[in-house]
Amino acid sequence: MTASTFEQVRNVASDIFGIPADRITAESSPETIENWDSMQHLNLVLAIEEKFGVQLEPEDIEQMKNIGAVATLVEKLQSTAR
Amino acid sequence: MSNSTSNSTPAEHNPPNLRAEVDGLIAEGAFDLASRRLAQLWRRDPASATASFVTSRLEQLRDKTRDKLALTKFKLAILRSFTVEPIVPLLRAEAFAYGIDLEVHVGDFNTYVQDMLDSQSSLYRFAPNAVVLAVRTDQAAPELWRDFADLAPEVAQQAAERVVRGYEQWIGAFRKNSQATLIIHSLERPSTPSLGVLDDQSEAGQSGLIRQINRELLRIAAGFHGVYTLDYDALVARQGSEHWHDERKWLTARLPIAAGHLLQMAREWMRFIVPLSGRTAKVLVVDLDNTLWGGIIGEDGMNGIKVGPEYPGAAYQALQRALLDLSRKGILLAVCSKNNIDDAMEALEKHPGMLVRAKHFAALRINWTDKAQNLREIAQELNVGIDALAFLDDNPFEREQVRAALPEVTVIDLSHNDVPRNPLEYAAAVRNCAAFERLTLSSEDQQRTEMYAVQKQRAGAEQSFQSKEDFFRFLEQEAELEPVSDLTLARVAQLTQKTNQFNLTTRRYTEPQIAQMAKQPEWHIFSIRVRDRFGDHGLVGVAIAHDEGEQCEVDTFLLSCRVIGRTVETALLAHLAESAAQRGRKRLVGWFLPTKKNAPARDFYPQHGFERQETNGAGSLWTLDLKSSNLRCPDWIKLKITTDLKNGR
Repeated sequence: MTASTFEQVRNVASDIFGIPADRITAESSPETIENWDSMQHLNLVLAIEEKFGVQLEPEDIEQMKNIGAVATLVEKLQSTAR
Repeated sequence: MSNSTSNSTPAEHNPPNLRAEVDGLIAEGAFDLASRRLAQLWRRDPASATASFVTSRLEQLRDKTRDKLALTKFKLAILRSFTVEPIVPLLRAEAFAYGIDLEVHVGDFNTYVQDMLDSQSSLYRFAPNAVVLAVRTDQAAPELWRDFADLAPEVAQQAAERVVRGYEQWIGAFRKNSQATLIIHSLERPSTPSLGVLDDQSEAGQSGLIRQINRELLRIAAGFHGVYTLDYDALVARQGSEHWHDERKWLTARLPIAAGHLLQMAREWMRFIVPLSGRTAKVLVVDLDNTLWGGIIGEDGMNGIKVGPEYPGAAYQALQRALLDLSRKGILLAVCSKNNIDDAMEALEKHPGMLVRAKHFAALRINWTDKAQNLREIAQELNVGIDALAFLDDNPFEREQVRAALPEVTVIDLSHNDVPRNPLEYAAAVRNCAAFERLTLSSEDQQRTEMYAVQKQRAGAEQSFQSKEDFFRFLEQEAELEPVSDLTLARVAQLTQKTNQFNLTTRRYTEPQIAQMAKQPEWHIFSIRVRDRFGDHGLVGVAIAHDEGEQCEVDTFLLSCRVIGRTVETALLAHLAESAAQRGRKRLVGWFLPTKKNAPARDFYPQHGFERQETNGAGSLWTLDLKSSNLRCPDWIKLKITTDLKNGR
């Protein structure tokens, strides 16, 4: 994943989970972020779809285990869209 | 403008900085500025992630200022058949940008019927100002939604009628249990009916029956005060059914609306919430060059400016039509333009392509003064608060200057992510602004522009009299007092919601609340209508009082500013005193509750012989001994009193 996609994903996650961006790493996950529950997961999915103009499949959503995986997924979807 | 989303625009780098700035300002204790920057952030990037940030900082600001932000509180309950939770932050952020602190209660999935029927439900305990009934066709009319082709025609018809009876029953129960406003989503039609094009050939088809239900919903809503329909079917069509829906989210999360359209849903709700909370604009102030017409009149001249039925002038005609529609809803128009007055007036009065003319504008400021100062003067001339102004200008510098100097003005965005909008989009920018929405329309609204023109003549006449009394006699005012009736209910409620300056208690009431009060024998609600030699002011004042023991307490006393200072207020107060005395009361008492705006009403009670009884943190209580009082209607006002409308309904 590129730095810029990761940073943008991190900014989105920072807004959604209400924690500073510099405290979010590629490994941040529902285990390390306290309020990453199922409703916030939905909010994250919607914010990502809106921000990057992509459509996530239910299978993709299951793979979003941590922030790094989200950024990788976004890049994959953006490259196949082109 | 469709290409502006594909690459990162300069605006993209701003939001993180603005976020840091907001947090810095909150830490420093600069809460007002933090609040303005937060609104700016939302305008630049109205997205789901931003909404989470905005709502979390709004909570912080609310806590740190102990709720002293200049925001109007509003409580909304959403009863629903689908997931609305991700829309709530967007809705609250959007409300914040309109100066509303919105508290939202979301009902459980598909419990809307129990919630409305049970007077002890969490819905009623929440005590909402308004309730949205967001139910989709698949839940409200399942027989008509799935396997429709299986139904015999008469069974389908009966199903549709059953749906309507259900709504009628719940809404009736709701109105018994609550006086909150109710907003009902209409039912959407399927984008692909069971029988394809064949379905469209009959009113008894799947789409036809859903349309029939929607027509019936309109009829039911019209039968109640404060019940409205939101045309969800039309909203989906406007946005495009195929883009609006996201089948994946529907099947996995019960969310039928795609990520990119959640904001549209929130904005549609705002079209109701803004007028209900009174955060509306009463005046739209427009620029001329490159806003009302294309080009610059001072340089391009009458033959050079673009406005007419052909492209590109058609864009400006479309905007002018939108302005005329606002004017028909009672929103005043005004001009604020940097121009030579002769050039501008020639175009306003003589250009053949113009649809709006000088006579449509209640105030004109065509000069080289700074626009914020002109806006202040316009507000003063038209007797409205600065926050009642909206501002339309193609020039981003003028918009920023006005935003910085007068943050309470509604500035209409004519750019998107810092890219100027095409003039073809100007009309939509005006029509989509929720500050111009109205839920009722009185005859006063429709005649407002003419009334202001007559007001100018009155002001002119006043100058020519030596004494106030001579002027009052010359005016030949006639006042008509009557108890509130079904005919005046909407206007009376509207006045309690809109009147800020001459308003002693600023208590806001909805139509159902007024109707409820009017039923109580100890409550008395009067309206006053005023006419003079120049014309009819319409229904311009309301007084609400209730008897308690030996005294009668004034709950509400307000008058539209355009009749203030002409002693009509004395006539209305004298009537309250006389009617209270006739009912055997000994004292007339009333609170003056000061707000930022009602200074004009501050000395009203002492000027009419009331004595101060007590003062507390909220305001002061005044009392008038009815036996010794000599409060009378001035003899230059011809008074007509109707007493018995209440029983005649």
